[in-house]
Amino acid sequence: MMRMSRYILVGIIFGVTMYKTEAVSWFRIFEMFHFQAFHMYGIIGSAVALGILVVQWIKKQHLKSVEGQEIVIPDKDTSWKRYIFGGFIFGLGWALAGVCPGPMFVLLGAGYTVFVVFLLAAITGTFVYGKLRSKLPH
Amino acid sequence: MVPEFLIELRDFISQPWPWWVGGPMIVLVMFILLYFGKEFGISANFRVMCAADGADELADFFKFDWQSQGWNLLVALGAMFGGYLAAHYFVSPDGNVAHVSQATIESLNALGFDYEYGKVPLVLEYYDWPYLFTLKGLLIIVGGGFLVGFGARYAGGCTSGHAISGMSALQLGSLYAVIGFFAGGLFMTYVLFPLIFG
Repeated sequence: MMRMSRYILVGIIFGVTMYKTEAVSWFRIFEMFHFQAFHMYGIIGSAVALGILVVQWIKKQHLKSVEGQEIVIPDKDTSWKRYIFGGFIFGLGWALAGVCPGPMFVLLGAGYTVFVVFLLAAITGTFVYGKLRSKLPH
Repeated sequence: MVPEFLIELRDFISQPWPWWVGGPMIVLVMFILLYFGKEFGISANFRVMCAADGADELADFFKFDWQSQGWNLLVALGAMFGGYLAAHYFVSPDGNVAHVSQATIESLNALGFDYEYGKVPLVLEYYDWPYLFTLKGLLIIVGGGFLVGFGARYAGGCTSGHAISGMSALQLGSLYAVIGFFAGGLFMTYVLFPLIFG
């Protein structure tokens, strides 16, 4: 139970953060893609800057996870096609819907029940990708 | 009686959070998950939900040990609780408002959104069931959802997995993905929005 509740707690921190920074707002995403405010760039930029320091620190310290194993962060593929093409399709959806996967769960919990349909559409998209995967450039 | 300091704490949390609180909080989430031996990435849940639905019988991509990913579903569940808490108990003093810039108001007005400064709602009005039966609502919810789900898996991650986790670990692939996110987002914003909302 302890093991389960800790993940829920992390999710709660994440959800409140997404909501209170207005990252769940279609209008904030709209503003970001118009380069009209620093806000979203500040969130992502400060997260990446601090994140780089944290990851470097983890590696240097050979920090162990709670289970006692050294924390390893697996490298991603070195190709570029899947990232550019897949990223482009994701970006179309991000700007159109105004939510990426995290905020979608946050808004669903906030009471916008129509996101059940969004979730089903996203699962369908994932499923169609799974079916087409061998035919797509990666 | 609720102790005074709890009310003060609630009022403190209820203010709109600046970016310099948001970024470090996201890193805190990433770090806790790394410490638990996991990797922060929300969209992986879509694949888990597919596999749990029996898609592994239809495509090899879904043949993986999805039961070991249960922790990630719990993070998503927690995110839902977080959304509920924020929307019901941590409402900003000026209400559920998106504090966007004056320039953004002008761009919104140009697209036909009739908002004044300081009165842009936090949540888009199209996120409601009746709009699902309009073309715009259908595009935003169903079209947007499909593109996000397809694109996230094709790119191997979304904003959390690539823009935050991947870039923090200095992964070149994640940088390409973020370039892709922005190329797609800008194409939607500047080329397709005038057609959709115009």
